[in-house]
Amino acid sequence: MTLIGWAQIALVVAAILAVAIPLGRYIAAVASGRVGWLRPVETLMYRAGGIDPQQGQGWRLYAISMLAVNAAGFLLLYLILRLQGMLPLNPRGFEGLSPWLAFNTAVSFVSNTNWQAYSGEAAISYFAQMAGLAVQNFLSASTGIALALAVSRAFARGGVSDLGNFWADFTRVTLYVLLPMATVVGLAFVAMGVPQTFADYASATTLEGAAQTIPLGPAAFQIAIKHLGTNGGGFFGVNSLHPFEGPSALATALQIWSQAVIPFALCLTFGRIVGDLRQGRALMLVMLGFVLVATLAIYAAEASGNPIMAALGVDPAQGNLEGKDVRFGLALASLFTATTTGASCGAVNAMFSSFTPLGGLVPMFLIQLGEVLPGGVGSGLYGILIFALLAVFVAGLMVGRTPEYLGKKIQAREIKLAMLAVLVLPATILGFTAVSLVLPQAVASLAHAGPHGLSEMLYAYTSASGNNGSAFGGLTADTPWLNTTLGIAMLLGRFAYVVPVMAIAGSLAAKVKSPEGPGTLPTHGPLFAGLLAGVILILGGLQFLPSLALGPLAEHFVMLAGQTF
Amino acid sequence: MDTNMQAATVAPRGDAALLDRALLLRAAGDALVKLNPARLIRNPVIFVTEVVSILVTILSVAALVRGEAWGFFAAIAAWLWFTVLFATFAEAVAEGRGRARAESLRRARTDARAKLLLRADDRSLWQPRSATDLRSGDIVLVESGDLVPSDGEVIEGIASVNEAAVTGESAPVIRESGGDRSAVTGGTLVVSDWIVVRITAAPGSTFMDRMIQLVEGASRQKTPNEIALDILLAGMTIIFLIAVVSLVGLASWNGNPPGVPVLAALLITLIPTTIGGLLSAIGIAGMDRLVRFNVMATSGRAVEAAGDVDVLLLDKTGTITLGNRQAAAFHPAPGVEAGRLAEAALLSSLADETPEGRSIVAFARDHHHLPIPVLPADAKVVPFTAQTRMSGLDTADGSYRKGAVEALAAAIGAELPAAVRQDVERVGRSGGTPLAVSHQGRLLGVIELKDIVKPGIRERFAALRRMGIRTVMVTGDNRLTAAAIATEAGVDDFIAEATPEDKLRYIREAQAEGRLVAMAGDGTNDAPALAQADVGVAMQTGTQAAREAGNMVDLDSDPTKLIEVVEIGKQLLITRGALTTFSIANDVAKYFAILPTIFVASYPQLQALNLMRLTSPESAILSAVIFNALIIVALVPLALRGVRYTPVGAAALLRRNLLIYGLGGIVAPFIGIKLIDVILTLLGFF
Repeated sequence: MTLIGWAQIALVVAAILAVAIPLGRYIAAVASGRVGWLRPVETLMYRAGGIDPQQGQGWRLYAISMLAVNAAGFLLLYLILRLQGMLPLNPRGFEGLSPWLAFNTAVSFVSNTNWQAYSGEAAISYFAQMAGLAVQNFLSASTGIALALAVSRAFARGGVSDLGNFWADFTRVTLYVLLPMATVVGLAFVAMGVPQTFADYASATTLEGAAQTIPLGPAAFQIAIKHLGTNGGGFFGVNSLHPFEGPSALATALQIWSQAVIPFALCLTFGRIVGDLRQGRALMLVMLGFVLVATLAIYAAEASGNPIMAALGVDPAQGNLEGKDVRFGLALASLFTATTTGASCGAVNAMFSSFTPLGGLVPMFLIQLGEVLPGGVGSGLYGILIFALLAVFVAGLMVGRTPEYLGKKIQAREIKLAMLAVLVLPATILGFTAVSLVLPQAVASLAHAGPHGLSEMLYAYTSASGNNGSAFGGLTADTPWLNTTLGIAMLLGRFAYVVPVMAIAGSLAAKVKSPEGPGTLPTHGPLFAGLLAGVILILGGLQFLPSLALGPLAEHFVMLAGQTF
Repeated sequence: MDTNMQAATVAPRGDAALLDRALLLRAAGDALVKLNPARLIRNPVIFVTEVVSILVTILSVAALVRGEAWGFFAAIAAWLWFTVLFATFAEAVAEGRGRARAESLRRARTDARAKLLLRADDRSLWQPRSATDLRSGDIVLVESGDLVPSDGEVIEGIASVNEAAVTGESAPVIRESGGDRSAVTGGTLVVSDWIVVRITAAPGSTFMDRMIQLVEGASRQKTPNEIALDILLAGMTIIFLIAVVSLVGLASWNGNPPGVPVLAALLITLIPTTIGGLLSAIGIAGMDRLVRFNVMATSGRAVEAAGDVDVLLLDKTGTITLGNRQAAAFHPAPGVEAGRLAEAALLSSLADETPEGRSIVAFARDHHHLPIPVLPADAKVVPFTAQTRMSGLDTADGSYRKGAVEALAAAIGAELPAAVRQDVERVGRSGGTPLAVSHQGRLLGVIELKDIVKPGIRERFAALRRMGIRTVMVTGDNRLTAAAIATEAGVDDFIAEATPEDKLRYIREAQAEGRLVAMAGDGTNDAPALAQADVGVAMQTGTQAAREAGNMVDLDSDPTKLIEVVEIGKQLLITRGALTTFSIANDVAKYFAILPTIFVASYPQLQALNLMRLTSPESAILSAVIFNALIIVALVPLALRGVRYTPVGAAALLRRNLLIYGLGGIVAPFIGIKLIDVILTLLGFF
């Protein structure tokens, strides 16, 4: 670890926070309909859809509207991927994807996971990238943010069923937040040298005289939304590690900034919507704390390198640079990894499979903790609110009252729904991993034996269930079994989670908001932040310890003993 | 019967009887009965533990039959069974404590022959009827020496009734038709005169029946908060079930999946057995604390709601003030010596046996050091009448009078001096009542009578405020008087010139703002407000209507106890939260005990995680299981007694309890498991 490394980390984190604060206020204004600099376009869209943006929706209608958009998006994307061979803008003449892969990819982009069982430059046409994948990048991100706004409103109001209008939220977030931000960031990427072209792949002759095909395409703007929307699906197969996706240190820093800024900002949006900024700030600080500790852990683990390599004469001072972009070093890779897994983005600029075992454990554990640190756009906020409800429920009893969060009593119905949501991750991650590890056709996809092989499989289901989308590496994912089960894991991780969450929002919105007093548990101070962190670790993390012990932890101790797999 | 009843019902108030021998023995027996899975299924965590215990028992027997090593399996099975047993034992102990009281109540429930009147207006014509056959609406005659056959309302007559069977208080109380003292309770004894009672309770659902069911826990239903907690615990159990069952697949990748008994041990130590085992005991004990406090709640829901109360509506008289106006100062008229006024005040009140009169005598004695003279034989007592609004004494020395200021001034035909008029106004403004005093037709000054605020009540209200509870004084006094007393007592708000409608409106408004309201009341006109309040404590001496409307009845008829009721409610919730936190926090240490050991065959290097340096994998697993079982027993007294509650703000309370039960919950098992491992090793098991 170096001072310059820490300075890089500090600089990027400062840039994230500096923009998150005003952005949080801006999104709150967008949510309330006060922002209208594209009003004619907005109105036109409502008119085209026959929508009255003032018409409030209860949680059921809101959730059904959301599901309808996503179902339509899935169908559209599935068809584009299957039929891309017959569609325009296909200079390489790619054929349609197999049904398994098309299902997996369509689910992946609709659920904001962006798990990639394909390699972009080798399988997807420009049209499918732009009209299929990039469109879903926007829509799945807008969906997440809209849901978070609806859940936030449930805490702000009392005795109502109205959570806002999904169509209005969805339109406004896309129009006023994601499109403008993606335009600016996309232009910045173009300026930094990321390609944005319809031209065919370039052909070059290397110095040795070999012919090389260099993939190109309309990448810059897609990469902008890939990070801003915490989608993570790269234009190219190796994602941000590709020199065209991450051409410079500055571009890498901008990617880190992009994938973290909206999730952090949404905490402050929440604070503004509920009328108490301190509440949002507490949530944001918990997220930030985890990201910083995770960055430190990855950085420390990678900087200390691999003793087996050191024994072979590799300079240990370099740390473990395998699978990382040597131009940018360990610090940015560590921060990138912590934010991309903490924030449910899933873009990668380093290969986790090549990390030290503990360095690889951190991103996996961050996803298993529920993708709330800071989590995907929107999904991070409503996810951490579920943990906040559970924290308040357990600890709130200790102040001698029926637990309340922001004046809303937490009772049997909320706990039932919250537990339903919390159950999804362990069930899909551990269930599918356990079954796959005893299934010959699944095991055949693994590249390694021993604990590292277990990590590959565990990471795949973790990433899919957590809607992260990053890959550990090593796993051959394009098989019917993995495409199908990972697709199911992504679907459950997104929609089986969010429906109970919306039901909680409906139930909370209907409750009277009881006034705050000295007898109320304070939920904005350091005490609550610490409690929330503890609950995330214990309720969200403990169940994964045995699997981590068999994977990265075992690998770590075995590595110290000098054994490899 | 009196002494018998008294001893049985009043005695066990403190913790003296927390755990006595007979009770424990009986509870041990009950604990076995409660193992019945059909009953245990109500408690998901312990039910899972039982199922797993059965499974491991079968596996140990199978190992024994096959001639394989079975001792370790059997040891795990045994301690898993102990875990279940300790949980059922905790519940049995909690129930046992209530049962003693229920039995004494049951003895008082009577088969007495009731005198059923054939016509309500004719007391001479009755036929005998068994009390158990009485229906709601029947009219019965109860005469001196009879037991009241069932709950009812006095519709005619007046009688003194010994209610020791219910309240433990043997001094008879007056029950009469009309007014606020018309309710009688089945099982109480009429000791003089007669009353005609209309029965209001159906057979088997009298107050006494409900009390018995309540203290026995027979009709116990899970409270809303308990249900929510149960769901959380069930959810956690499922999560850990997934984690442990999936280990079969995960660990077989390395070729060495741990055996079922070991996985069972891991599962049971991870699921929240501690709180799962103690949850119902905590609920029963909370109810029992209330019963020991002589308050009967009709449901656990009400006890829980008491913890949530934001607003307390308290009657001024009897709750905030002592209930009688008492002399607080003498204000002499210009040119009159203070001693002279005091003496005149004393003499004018010498024969006045009202509390006010006696307080004047006492004040003159205590503050002016006057001896209390014997009433002279030739003195003539002038009693108070509604016409004169004065009273006093005519002695050889002249006539002494005290009375309402205007009345007395009119009687002596004098204008009030300006200074006196000022005194009178000031007294009125500060909430007191002025009485003028004269001797021989000369105005000597003014006595200030005041509602005396109960000593210590101000501090209690301050404590309530720190807990976040607003106190509201309800009084029939005018605004001026009410404001003065409210300031002195330190309440947050008051309702002056309160009508029943005012109270109801105030409660509704508070509830609309999301606040929970508690109040105490006794009269029939309190009934609507009692029913509207989230916690309504009716006085045992009150009317049947009030008792039906409230969800608690205070047998001591002491409205001040509302404050303690709130504290008991809070204590119940705190105990639940504290033990839940402790139980969940325990998991961290248990992981460190068990995880390194179960994969030791595949990865011996994982021993690095064996932070406690436990002797062997077997001793580590067994120590964790034993700790997990013993901690339930160790916490039974805490569950029954309740976590200590101090009225400080929520933040301070949370900080303290998080430190004790959260941090303590993480640390305690490290020490406990290590200790058990050391003992097992020393004993030579490993």
